[in-house]
This record gives sequence, C-alpha cells and structure tokens, in this order.
Amino acid sequence: MDNNTIHLKIDRHDLCVPEGTTVLEAAESVGIDIPTLCHVDLKGTCIKNAPASCRICVVEIEGRKNLAPACSTKCTEGMVVRTSTLRVLNARRVVAELILSDHPNECLTCPKSGECELQKIALKFNIREMPFNGGELSLRKREVTASIVRNMDKCIFCRRCESVCNEVQTVGALGAIRRGFNTTIAPAFDKMMVDSECTYCGQCVAVCPVGALTERDHTNELVKDLSNPDKIVIVQTAPAVRAALGEEFGMPPGTSVTGKMVSALRELGFDYVFDTDFAADLTIMEEGAEIISRLERFLKGDKEVRLPVLTSCCPAWVNFFEHQFPDLIDIPSTARSPQQMFGSIAKSYWAEKMGIPKEKLVVVSIMPCLAKKYECHRPEFSTNGIPDVDYSLSTRELARLIKRANISFEHTPDGEFDLPLGESTGAGVIFGATGGVMEAALRSVYEIYTGRTLAKIDFEQIRGMEGLRHATIDLNGFQLKVGIAHGLGNARKLLDNIRAGKNEYHVIEIMACPGGCIGGGGQPLHHGNSDILKARMKALYDEDAAKPIRKSHENPYIVKLYEEYLGKPLSEKAHSLLHTHYFKR
Amino acid sequence: MAELKLACNIVKQVEEICEKYNNDQGELINILHEAQHLQGYLPEEMQRLIASKLNIPVSKVYGVVTFYTFFTMTPKGRHPISVCMGTACYVRGSEKLLEEFKRRLGIDVGETTPDGKFSLDCLRCVGACGLAPVVMIGEKVYGRLQAADIKNILDELE
Repeated sequence: MDNNTIHLKIDRHDLCVPEGTTVLEAAESVGIDIPTLCHVDLKGTCIKNAPASCRICVVEIEGRKNLAPACSTKCTEGMVVRTSTLRVLNARRVVAELILSDHPNECLTCPKSGECELQKIALKFNIREMPFNGGELSLRKREVTASIVRNMDKCIFCRRCESVCNEVQTVGALGAIRRGFNTTIAPAFDKMMVDSECTYCGQCVAVCPVGALTERDHTNELVKDLSNPDKIVIVQTAPAVRAALGEEFGMPPGTSVTGKMVSALRELGFDYVFDTDFAADLTIMEEGAEIISRLERFLKGDKEVRLPVLTSCCPAWVNFFEHQFPDLIDIPSTARSPQQMFGSIAKSYWAEKMGIPKEKLVVVSIMPCLAKKYECHRPEFSTNGIPDVDYSLSTRELARLIKRANISFEHTPDGEFDLPLGESTGAGVIFGATGGVMEAALRSVYEIYTGRTLAKIDFEQIRGMEGLRHATIDLNGFQLKVGIAHGLGNARKLLDNIRAGKNEYHVIEIMACPGGCIGGGGQPLHHGNSDILKARMKALYDEDAAKPIRKSHENPYIVKLYEEYLGKPLSEKAHSLLHTHYFKR
Repeated sequence: MAELKLACNIVKQVEEICEKYNNDQGELINILHEAQHLQGYLPEEMQRLIASKLNIPVSKVYGVVTFYTFFTMTPKGRHPISVCMGTACYVRGSEKLLEEFKRRLGIDVGETTPDGKFSLDCLRCVGACGLAPVVMIGEKVYGRLQAADIKNILDELE
C-alpha cells in the first residue's frame, strides 16, 4: 500500500486521497457539497482562512463521540464519514440559528443581499423562525470610508478579513479586539480605518461572507449626474472589468464582454465611453521612459540613481509603501496610475479640445478595485478643487446599475469605445493581470531602448499565478532583471530585501490583489473559487492576442497626444499632468 | 487616549524585555506581563514598540491586551485601591465598600481619578480572610473596614 494515499468512505463513496487532505476537500472531490461559512481557500493564491470557528461544516465520523469540523479534520486510513445524518443536520441547523440570533434581520436593505453566504445557509437549512434571541451589540462600530463601509453589527467572526489583512496582505489593519459579547473586528486601539494602516485593497470585502464589510456605493451619485442636462458625464473602464462583468449576468467566468459593456454604458446615458486602457498605454510611455532614464544613468555609473524602479499603478500598493516603507518612497516610479492619468488628460487635453468647461465635466471610472475610490479623493489629484476623476464605481456597482436600468445585458449588441481616449493596444488590456504591466513595459522599453523590433511579443515567462516571479531580459547585452509580486505579503518580501540592500532586480511590478486587478476587491465575488481568477486572466491575454496593435508606443492616439499636447515623455507638461509624489504616512 | 511619548529609559527597558525573549512572537504574553510592570499599564506607544520589536501587527498586540483582563491601558493612580471580592469579604459587605469608593471618587472599577491620585480595582482574596472585608491601598492592607471609615482614609492619603 502506498504510504501517502489514504482510503476512506464518505457517505456511499469509497475514495483514495493524498495524505493531508481534509474531509471537506475529499468530499468536494466526489461532489458532496458540505456547507461552510468561516472557511475560505482560494487555491493557487495565498488567501486561506481555516480557523474552524463557525462549526457549520460538522460531520459524523464513525468511532468518534463528537461531531468533527470537515474543514480542519484530516482524512485518516479507514475513516468512515457521514455528512448528512439527522444528527449532523440538526447540529448544523442549531449552529446556524445561534449565529443568526446575533445577526440583524436587515436582509431586505443589506448591500450583500443575494450574495450573502449566511443568507444562503439559512435558505439551505430551511430556517423559518429564530428560536434564540441575541446578545448585546452596542459596542460595535459603523464607519464609512472613501472605499469601504464597515458595519460590525453584521459580523459573524469568521475571521476571514483578519486572516487576509494580517497573514496574506501583512497590512495588520484589522484584528479581533476584546472578548465575549464585546468582541469586534477593528484596527488597533479601536481606531477608525481612516486612522489605521488600511490600504483600502478591499480584499477583506472580497472575502467577507456577510454584509459587515462592503464597498462604498456611488451608484446614486452617478444616477443623479447622468440625469443632469448641465453635465457632460464621461466614463473610463479598467481592463479587468470586461473580463469579469459578465459573471454578474450568469455568463461563464472568463467571458470577455467588452463590446456589451460599452453599449450598456452608452445606454445608461454616458455622453462618451472611453477606456482606461488608453491611459494604460500612456502610463507605459511615461513609466517606460522613466525606466530607461534610470537605467541609463545607472549604466553610466551614476551613484545617485535609485533602483529598482517599482511600478505605481496600484493605489493599494501605493498606500502600503507610504505606510509601511516610508524610507523607500523615492524608489517607486512617479508615474500616476492609469485612472488618474485618464482623469488628468480628460480634464485638460480632451476638455480643451472639445471646448467643455471643467466644471461641467464629470469623469467617472469603472474599476475592479476599491482603493481607486480612495485614490481619486487624494488631494494631489485635484486642480483648483476640481478632482481629475470625480468618483469611481466597482464592477459590482456597474452590474447593479445595469440591472436597475432594465438593460438586458446578455442581449445587448457589441459597441465600440469613443475616440480618441477609447483607443488602446493589447499592452493596455493586460494591465489587469499580474505581470501585465511589466510585460507591457518590456514590449515598449525593449523596442525604444534597443531600436529593434521584438521577435516575440509575448513574455510568457512572466505570466502566471505564482506569488513571486522573475525573469532576465537581454537588452543589447545588458541583462535586465525584473521581478513581479502580487499580494502585499509577497510585495513585503521584496521590499524587505531592498531595505536590507539585498535587492537583485532593476524593475519590479507589484499588484496588491491576488492575480492582479482581475482579483480586485471590487470584482464579482469569487466565493473562494480560484478557477474564476484564472479564467479572467485568460480572457485578458486572449483579448490582447486579438488586438491589431499590441505595443503601447504604437497607439496612434497616444502618438498624437504627444505631438499635439505633451511634447515627449517626461516633458515638463507630462510631469505636471501625469506624475505625482508620495507621502510618509 | 492621548499618545504619550515614552520616556527614553522606558523605551530601553521595553527593548531589553523583548530581547530577553529573543523578540519571539510566541512570548508576547510574557513580554506584556513584564512591560506592564514598568509603569503599571500598557500605553499605546509601548504596544507599538513591542509590535515593531516582535515584527507583528500592532492590532495583534492590542487584541491580546484587550482580551485578557489582567492587562490594562489605564494608568494606575498614585494610590491604587483594590477591594477584595473574595467569598469571605463579599459576604461581610465588601460590595458596600466598593460602592462607597465609587461614590466618593466618582470613578468606576478599572478607572483612575482625573488628578491621578486614586485608581479603583477589585481582586479576589489576599489571604487575610480573618480580617474580612479587606481593602488594599498600595501595599497596605485595611481590615474589618466599614463604609463610614472610607472618608477618613481617603483624606489621610496625599
């Protein structure tokens, strides 16, 4: 008998599983769907929470007196498991009733309604009355930040947010405090999230099973602006949105809905529908020029130049290094994120070209991200009190808006983005996946630096879901070393190396969320299924491959923007409109 | 809570405590025990210092501090008052004593008077049950105490 294989029986199934498999995983492999609540395991990423605290997943194991939690019980040789005996069903039901006894009955108005895992459990267990009356809730806080809404009355103490914030992202903003009925999840010293190290990455929102952590909703502001005849309302859509929006309308994960999304936005009443991908191409022009400039200085022996260059597209990552690595804030690229570059160009170049006064123009962004909501409120991204981007909506909010406006998304014909700010290349599209910004930058940096055309445009060696990846690219004999990290815990490892003087890279791309923006805190909820992330990633690379132009510096409207307005990358005008600086927090 | 800067010698002592335990995250509770002994409480700055020494989020440290009732973030008064709530003292009326202290000082259990003079706590048995009800003020034990004695005792303390 193979030592590493375990034989067991679950209900009527005889199965063999590798040693270390949990009863929950073994049951899943034969299609038995044991309910869970606190447990989440986004396989292939580092997102995992298995505290076995909710006890919803209990099963009966022959020879054991007590019921065992399936999520944390390892399979053993000869084990006999029963997952749906009367005793099991009754125990799970009582557990659910006890959790509900302490939970507000606000489903009708709760932002998580329909997506709530506790609601699904209540439905599945056929709970029709509340036999227990709950305890005290008075000490728990509510808070509305620019990105995240915290309503701790709804918290069920699954600790998913705590695991993600501390173990995965290593931000340490949220943790359990006090004990018993007074327990709550909060920043240290029971401060508000705005006074904490929170980066607004939104991964806590992405894993919260209930309505305790949700996004700040901007749909009502948008509806008001859209119906105001005095306003010109334009929209930009981030790359990762098109690869996930379809899921909200029952389409399989990985369905690219770019054309339908454009038509739906036009139907909602936007005056112009543009693409953040255009600004992604612009980011590559500026960031690429900065990479080349710093490399050239480095190669000439300039001791002042700081390497590596760190990408700066991800606003949660920017918040992270401002809080946690204030001694390194002169290392990241000064290039603004695509969202902010778009807003800045829309309210200067485009508005002037169209003769639209800035006060009449509303720039909205659709983002897979919650940190973007915070980013557009940063004071340095306003000119004379007018923000470059007025507000940002998540993919989920856009889906809700489309449903509310009676638009039949599935039957919407494909539309085209408006010009000039809707034209983009394949390099802009892949910004939504981890490694995408690096690949887009390499396509342009290689050609501009060496003066040669790339033989192979796909940098497959830097794609994938590994938390940390690296590659070496030959640039006219110079070996350019690049590193990629997604998830802030992985980013911290690279930053710690830089701080310790052990850095080995010239350029590093960092994205805060698992998989990059496709796994952002504003995306349709993955409910712990990482296949969804992989499908979204594939959708973006497929869209890139199908694009006629795949290098940012070949985008004709980017070329025109420089000719007509900006001059050249890193020019004085480009600096004032497209670059930023960072703050020690 | 006001963010009081820690005195240099306190910072040094806290660092020494952490180093004594090799900055081991698993020793957090022992470290907090010793650190609290320095000033009688664990101010925010001290918790931040310990978190950075042990390389753990300060939310973890604060979580432990608020979980265990032994730990406190409230500075003790110059005269810490502890009323025994053990069985013998309780049946002989220590609850009345506690109420009288609360009334006279205008503070609740676990609090300190605004002038920093008195703080009020409860404890369970000091091993002097024969003298019940017992109150400790600082290191001094007051036995067979009655509510009427409290005014004089408080007045005598500087």
